[in-house]
Amino acid sequence: MSASEPTAAPSLQSRANRSLGQRLQNINRDRLEQVITAYLFLLPDVLGLLLFIIGPMLLALVISFTDWRLTGTPEFIGFRNYEIILRDPKFGASLGRTIIYTLGFVPVVYTLSLGMAVLLTRKGRANFFFRTIYFMPVAMSMVVAGVIWRFMFDPGNGLINESLRFFGLPTAQWTGNVQSAMASVLIVAVWKNVGYFMIILLAGIQDIPSDYIESAQIDGANRWKIFRHIILPLLRPTSFFVITILSINALQAFDQIYVMTRGGPAQATYTLVMYIYEKAFREWNFGYSGAMAAVLFAMILVLTIVQVRYFRSSDERQ
Amino acid sequence: MKKTRSQLLGTGGYYVICIILAIVFAGPFIWMLSSSLKPANEIFARPPILISPNASFDNYQEVFRQAPFERYMYNSFFVATTVTAVALLLHSMAGYALARLDFPGKRIAFAGILATLMIPFYTILIPLALLMRDLGWLNTYLALIVPAIPHAFGIFWLRQFFLGMPSELEDAARIDGATRVGIFFRIALPLARPVLAALAVFFFLANWDAFLWPLIAANEPDMRMVQVGIQSFTGEHGNAWELIMAASVIAVLPTLILFFGLQRFIVASVKLTGLKG
Repeated sequence: MSASEPTAAPSLQSRANRSLGQRLQNINRDRLEQVITAYLFLLPDVLGLLLFIIGPMLLALVISFTDWRLTGTPEFIGFRNYEIILRDPKFGASLGRTIIYTLGFVPVVYTLSLGMAVLLTRKGRANFFFRTIYFMPVAMSMVVAGVIWRFMFDPGNGLINESLRFFGLPTAQWTGNVQSAMASVLIVAVWKNVGYFMIILLAGIQDIPSDYIESAQIDGANRWKIFRHIILPLLRPTSFFVITILSINALQAFDQIYVMTRGGPAQATYTLVMYIYEKAFREWNFGYSGAMAAVLFAMILVLTIVQVRYFRSSDERQ
Repeated sequence: MKKTRSQLLGTGGYYVICIILAIVFAGPFIWMLSSSLKPANEIFARPPILISPNASFDNYQEVFRQAPFERYMYNSFFVATTVTAVALLLHSMAGYALARLDFPGKRIAFAGILATLMIPFYTILIPLALLMRDLGWLNTYLALIVPAIPHAFGIFWLRQFFLGMPSELEDAARIDGATRVGIFFRIALPLARPVLAALAVFFFLANWDAFLWPLIAANEPDMRMVQVGIQSFTGEHGNAWELIMAASVIAVLPTLILFFGLQRFIVASVKLTGLKG
């Protein structure tokens, strides 16, 4: 501070210079310590990411340009895998099913979790109790959820069909039938995920300043109007986040399908990740599987970018 | 204040909806528990039996006799706790460096770490499996633990926390001559306890529930994690639902205990990971 002051006496000046030099040395030492500590702290994680995520990702791209079975050596074949994908009816069909699954999953989970979040916005012991119950499936793995629901969906005397009979409703074959298998798999995924997104949306709603809602109540707005004109618009960032995550998750559906139907019956629930998995680890065709994974990755990337763009542009309009 | 008739109706309707939803979400848990205690001939009884007069723990004994579930549980516990502990330490270190330290290449390091969040797991499945094979790690704990540790997500959230940490404590420690490493371990890490607790629950659950990677990395009977164990048990026992449900209860119990014991942290972790994104 004082080192650059021109009015300082010569003796003071030289002392200031000395202390400046010392301070510089200290700063250098401090900076060095900082840099070394930072690199040491980052090293293990960065090494891990390079070895187990970034490296494999680059390798995956390379593999997708090869013909590589388990036994043979990889042979570079350029874009041939990608050309085959374009003509592969099984790829088209499993992509179609993945899209149907996504179009079912995203709106249903979003609407239900939003509805439940609004339902539980009021504070109180009862609401805490219900929130805990709705949130419970989050503590269950998708594998166990799939197993339990397969049991309940038993086309004979499973709990679901018995309940439907009790209320005089028509029963269904559930996972045993081409028409209803996809719906069954979707029901399980919705059941398992709704509670999680309910919590996120609930937190978003609770972040809305309460005087907005109170002043609207004073102006005589009913609950629906408050929801439509205050909660929904102010919840946009959270909603956007939830919908993005939901679509990314839906495009990668695997666990519950593997456990419940293995993609059947008659491939009615055979999604893209199921195909990617079987191509690699049943047929040991790494090249083709890798190319399909790359295509799905590209689609998810594009979808995310489109959603971010749309969100930004519609946000600016408001 | 007296409630009007329509308000009473409204509250009534509100509770009806809440209770129906509660049945939908809790029902499968109750049915799983109920069925796991029944003898085989009551599984598909008509009408369904909720509380069997013949309830017993026989199915649980039978499950442990037929498959080494204690081994699956041990594997899952060991893998999930190791991953959680190591990941939290490494991610805190990385997050602290990115938030509080100045060094060349910081922006690139952060951007590169964040970019890995874009990579879906199934795209790296094959190379990762081949890497495990070449390292000779298949069917060992190493294959289950090491690749599960690096995760940009944890680094990101801890960085966010350390960014918001007040610098007074750090400054005071620096004047007292503390090193950066000392400050990290003695000041920053203890302050991060709430975030660490939330992330710990998140990591533990994610690893306990993991299926696809353990299915590929370690499918030998001795090395199976509990989800793979359930899946293979279900495959081998076809329609012995009373046993399958008992096995499911065993697999779910630890996470349910965790859930009810640490619900505050789980909700915090969901909010943390879901909200400010």
